[in-house]
Amino acid sequence: MACKKDSVPFGGTPEQELALKKVIAELKDTKSPLMPIMQQAQEIYGYLPIEVQTMISDEMDIPLEKIYGIATFYSMFSLQPKGKYQISVCLGTACYVKGSGTIFSKLEELLGITNGECTPDGRFSLDSCRCVGACGLAPVMMINDEVYGRLVPEDIPGILAKYK
Amino acid sequence: MYRSHVLVCGGTGCTSSGSQQIMETLKVEIEKAGLQDEVSVVQTGCHGLCALGPIMIVYPDASFYSMVKVEDIPEIVQEHLLKGRVVTRLLYDETVTPSGVKALIDTDFYKKQHRIALRNCGIINPEVIDEYIGTGGYEALGKVLTEMTPDDVIQCLLDSGLRGRGGAGFPTGLKWKFAKQNDADQKYVCCNADEGDPGAFMDRSVLEGDPHAVLEAMAIAGYAIGATQGYIYVRAEYPIAVQRLKIAIDQAREYGLLGKDIFGTGFDFDIDIRLGAGAFVCGEETALMTSIESNRGEPRPRPPFPAVKGLFGKPTILNNVETYANIPQIILNGAEWFASMGTEKSKGTKVFALGGKINNTGLVEIPMGTTLREVIEEIGGGIPGGKKFKAAQTGGPSGGCIPAEHFDIPIDYDNLLSIGSMMGSGGLIVMDETDCMVDIAKFFLEFTVEESCGKCTPCRIGTRRMLEILTKITKGQATMEDLDKLEELCYYIKDNSLCGLGQTAPNPVLSTLRFFRDEYEAHIKEKRCPAGVCKALLSYHIDPDKCKGCTLCARNCPNNAIIGSVKNPHIIDADKCIKCGACMEKCKFGAIYKQ
Repeated sequence: MACKKDSVPFGGTPEQELALKKVIAELKDTKSPLMPIMQQAQEIYGYLPIEVQTMISDEMDIPLEKIYGIATFYSMFSLQPKGKYQISVCLGTACYVKGSGTIFSKLEELLGITNGECTPDGRFSLDSCRCVGACGLAPVMMINDEVYGRLVPEDIPGILAKYK
Repeated sequence: MYRSHVLVCGGTGCTSSGSQQIMETLKVEIEKAGLQDEVSVVQTGCHGLCALGPIMIVYPDASFYSMVKVEDIPEIVQEHLLKGRVVTRLLYDETVTPSGVKALIDTDFYKKQHRIALRNCGIINPEVIDEYIGTGGYEALGKVLTEMTPDDVIQCLLDSGLRGRGGAGFPTGLKWKFAKQNDADQKYVCCNADEGDPGAFMDRSVLEGDPHAVLEAMAIAGYAIGATQGYIYVRAEYPIAVQRLKIAIDQAREYGLLGKDIFGTGFDFDIDIRLGAGAFVCGEETALMTSIESNRGEPRPRPPFPAVKGLFGKPTILNNVETYANIPQIILNGAEWFASMGTEKSKGTKVFALGGKINNTGLVEIPMGTTLREVIEEIGGGIPGGKKFKAAQTGGPSGGCIPAEHFDIPIDYDNLLSIGSMMGSGGLIVMDETDCMVDIAKFFLEFTVEESCGKCTPCRIGTRRMLEILTKITKGQATMEDLDKLEELCYYIKDNSLCGLGQTAPNPVLSTLRFFRDEYEAHIKEKRCPAGVCKALLSYHIDPDKCKGCTLCARNCPNNAIIGSVKNPHIIDADKCIKCGACMEKCKFGAIYKQ
């Protein structure tokens, strides 16, 4: 059975650490640099595990609890790794009234995971999002950067099959 | 010089439906036909008619091709661009009339629109500053710096009657006046591009289609209040907008329109971009500034207002993208010109994002005072599938629903408030008879519960209690006392929350209670969902007279809840039925119904 992948050991590489240190060195002396640095750190690692937060804390001499506080406040920061293919279903108003709820349920059913989770093989993660601004194509979902619009639940198995 | 320009929409909507591939194929085909020196392909911002994307317009004749497919491109290049024969079959069908091709501005969707904030969207290439300058761009900044004092600028805005387009509708000139009055060694100009209201995307379209208009207006604001630094706080969910803003800022710096000593007048102004990180509350002004300062984006009590103590503790003005996009035009055309449009207390135009159950989903800019009927029936092209209009939702999670009885209300700030809704940022979601208003209220409460920042108790706990009651109602477990409690909670949360998020969170419930109380009561007293949405209150049945016994439904039921033999009417076992609706979709005889 699919289950939440929540205890993945941290696998950061020296290259990633170097890239992070470079970003910190570049931005450290700009005005209020913490959030931009955290955003770039997430780009580098794909998520913000406690190990990465600790590195930022040490490098910038900012208490870890402040960094953790920010990381848990904003929905775009993720403490969990995301899947290779990140699915986000728009549950904004325009998509919702056009049935994106049923699209979301179909994905939950097919992938065996729910909002914010990742399949055990690390292939798919599922999130809901609020409006990607493609309301003309409602209901909409995104898989990584690819947008799928005017969806009906029957489309989903075929779309997922493309990412096997 | 080119004899023809082909404009391809590069907004998010059209990009999502494949306009990038269209552009590439177009360039290849044009080259194949040897027309690359005669025909230019231009990527523009949004034309507004997102439902018909990808969109392509061929000038000089302005032929409007809609829902263009890659395989249509060779034909369009060969026939239209090479031989000059418009491919009528592929045009937007509204523009095709027996007497010839109608101009786009004469179609129902465009003819009542008046584009000020969106004037360049879909017309210019947003990644080329010269195109913006070519349409009068940065003239307003030049005029302000060389001919006007800061007080003149503020007076002009006050006279124009421009009010904030982000939601609350505060007079822009007044905001600037307060910020100017406060002396400080440093002041800031901020742009709120954290467009969080789901279903509203006008700010995104302006940033994608005409980013320089916002930069120019921010520089004007800097001059008026005495600030040298600006920040644009933009949603990270809008990658195209962020990219175009970056390009625009670089180009403006290169041209000396941002940076030191602009137009040789000694005025310095520069702009930085800050990315949001997905918190709806950061659309609130104090929360937004707290977030720019790299903190948890929690609001703080006002006063002190940002004009006194804002970003980094300095006087700050914060305006919305659409508000800024109006300003260069007001400076150039004068306050009277702007004030001549709209209603008594709401001047100018407003951009609305039409979405939901409406034929022409997309962006429209209309003079204030246009009626809801005109927007939905004429511009929006009505409701699809012959369904009946039920309500229009404006103002997103802070707003309310407008029922059919107010269809002829002229849309402006005060009229919408008077019927319990609000202008908000301009999302307008249309709902038809198959939408349950209790379910919609619950949908918005789910949103606010998730987005409440948790700082103040009425919002953090109150909205959660409201959601629990709404969930009970949609499950048919609520009593009439629950309904009273719900209403009481609404007023309590409105009065006691710290910021706009909590103060307006009960609006979707209050407005649906006001106009659709009978639906709430049907859920509670009769355990029935009149629109047939709330699953717990539905049951599926088979009409024995219509059922032919084809077994299709039984074979498609995921839970084997349908019993019956071939050629005999089937029945649904209510205990096993999971109410997925698969049987109803599959039935070819319309024999399955829900109630």
